[in-house]
Amino acid sequence: MPRKHQVAIAVLAAFVLLPRAAFSMHIMEGFLPPAWCISWGVLAVPFIILGLFSIQKTVKVNPKLKMLLAMAGAFTFVLSALKIPSVTGSCSHPTGAALGAILFGPAAMAVLGLIVLIFQALLLAHGGITTLGANTFSMAIVGPFVAFGVYRLVRKLGGPMWLAVFLAAALGDLMTYVTTSFQLAFAYPSPTGGFAGSLVKFMGIFAVTQVPLAISEGILTVIVFNILTVYSRNELKDLKILSQEVSQ
Amino acid sequence: MSSQVKDAPGRKRIARKNIILLVLVIAIAVIPFFLQRKAEFAGADDRATEAIAQIKPDYKPWFSPIWEPPSGEIESLLFALQAAIGSLIIGYYIGYVRGRKKKEDTGKS
Repeated sequence: MPRKHQVAIAVLAAFVLLPRAAFSMHIMEGFLPPAWCISWGVLAVPFIILGLFSIQKTVKVNPKLKMLLAMAGAFTFVLSALKIPSVTGSCSHPTGAALGAILFGPAAMAVLGLIVLIFQALLLAHGGITTLGANTFSMAIVGPFVAFGVYRLVRKLGGPMWLAVFLAAALGDLMTYVTTSFQLAFAYPSPTGGFAGSLVKFMGIFAVTQVPLAISEGILTVIVFNILTVYSRNELKDLKILSQEVSQ
Repeated sequence: MSSQVKDAPGRKRIARKNIILLVLVIAIAVIPFFLQRKAEFAGADDRATEAIAQIKPDYKPWFSPIWEPPSGEIESLLFALQAAIGSLIIGYYIGYVRGRKKKEDTGKS
């Protein structure tokens, strides 16, 4: 093959393949019609504002918690950088949002999650600026709220701490990707199967892939929690996580 | 669990437990390679894009990333950096609280 042709093919291949490199576990840049981008963005804003107030309050009442807050943010940062293989033969990454949601409440996580998503959208072309609202809604709002709710529920039912943390993280992680599937199905109803047809399709891609990862995230969150219960007992007491233990 | 929380010296037990849990996480990550020997292990996103192309073949992304990592290598560099920065903060925090705890314990005795 002449060299010129090789170059032409390479350039062509680059054009075809390069945009694909921009796709992420989150909804890809430009892949959500503008009306949906705006809608999800508008829905996300109140949670972000709530989160900012919540963080401000936490830090004001107890400045010592700043370091733990940074740690919870860092946990999301690490976990969302780890693309892990799944039994479906494709890769995805955990979200790490449950830890912060359990410690500081779900609203605080909306802000920390948003920071991670902005970083990934700008520097990694992972997710996107136009889809930031939708991705914030799934990863930084639905995930943390589910995690927080599950944690509270299991504790209320008298379940052990490790189980509450595990289920919170695993289900929060899974629900993030279920939300992503819903978001894509809303935007792309299948011409034959409608919304439901698309939902099944996207769930098969995102949610099924996510199951083993959700379990991994559950375990990893338990590991960090184990460490915290030994070394950060005072902070956990301040956050009413360990005093809860005594009262229940 | 509650007994662990009460007796703080359960540290060794926690460490042992955490190691077992970590091995479990690694196993979950490795098992797919054996179950899906021929799989590409591309991102779930790639497959979502294919699905979108099937549902709406004429859809064109209306916005593209402002900046993209110029190559796969640069992209993994940035991902590694992201994980490294996060791990650094987590490691720093755990080191800090461990040291603090040690100081408290020796101060008491």
